[in-house]
Amino acid sequence: MLTLTHFLTLGAVLFCLSVAGIFINRKNVIVLLMCIELMLLAVNMNFIAFSHFNGDVAGQVFVFFILTVAAAEAAIGLAILVVLFRNRSSINVEDLDAMKG
Amino acid sequence: MFEQVVFYTFAAVLTLAAGMVITVRNPVHAALFLVLAFFASSGLWLLLEAEFLAIALVLVYVGAVMVLFLFVVMMLDINLTVLREGFARYLPIAGIAAVLMFVAVGSVLTQEKFTLAKTAAEVAHPADYNNTRELGLALYTQYVWPFEIAAVLLLVAIIAAIALTLRHTRQTKAPKPEKQVAVRREDRVRLVKVEAERQG
Repeated sequence: MLTLTHFLTLGAVLFCLSVAGIFINRKNVIVLLMCIELMLLAVNMNFIAFSHFNGDVAGQVFVFFILTVAAAEAAIGLAILVVLFRNRSSINVEDLDAMKG
Repeated sequence: MFEQVVFYTFAAVLTLAAGMVITVRNPVHAALFLVLAFFASSGLWLLLEAEFLAIALVLVYVGAVMVLFLFVVMMLDINLTVLREGFARYLPIAGIAAVLMFVAVGSVLTQEKFTLAKTAAEVAHPADYNNTRELGLALYTQYVWPFEIAAVLLLVAIIAAIALTLRHTRQTKAPKPEKQVAVRREDRVRLVKVEAERQG
């Protein structure tokens, strides 16, 4: 019998994997963006599991809005990435030191 | 029993695909594994009776966002060897961070509130239950104002993405109306006094 805990654990595993991905691929902006998408997917999984097991459709409405925001974020992030590559010919995070950060 | 088989199959595919996304060399392969992860979680959402969102995930994410990712990855000429530097160095730190975070989340999950007895009471829907209809009812009545804001947000994203990537070099020979309007008579017409010539 499937319970809420099954889905919450899966969401936790997914989220931890994407956190590890952000640590591992800290030079590659494209894979960083993909890891953020994975994180949002894990959060959405939790929302839908709660929505299903509580019988409340509000959780799915939230997932709808998260999908919207994630699409906007991906579009702007990739646009920034293209401009970055045009100016620097590289997407290495280490090269982005113009502000001496 | 059937539900459990479906759940564990899709969960295994999802975890495997997520693991490949963060470890493969080539960003194109990472994007394709991310597509696989989206398909697997779409299957899980179908299992959770969120049919509309499962289809929306495939259409919006696989159809639009991931295609955008693939376009950008293939458009950019990326030096892979430089980007892979420090992969082995950060691997232990990443593992420790992931395990710590999982322990933290797991300590919440094993609490009383999420145990079997509290959450097993699943809501059984009637046969004519329509997920899309229910979602639409909530979205267009209770959440109509956030819905409109989400639409404006998408518009802002469109304009921002275009404004960021627009090149300002002018390659067409089209006239510039603002210059045409600003032209004065003195710029174009020059009156010259010419002496009348005697005929013959």
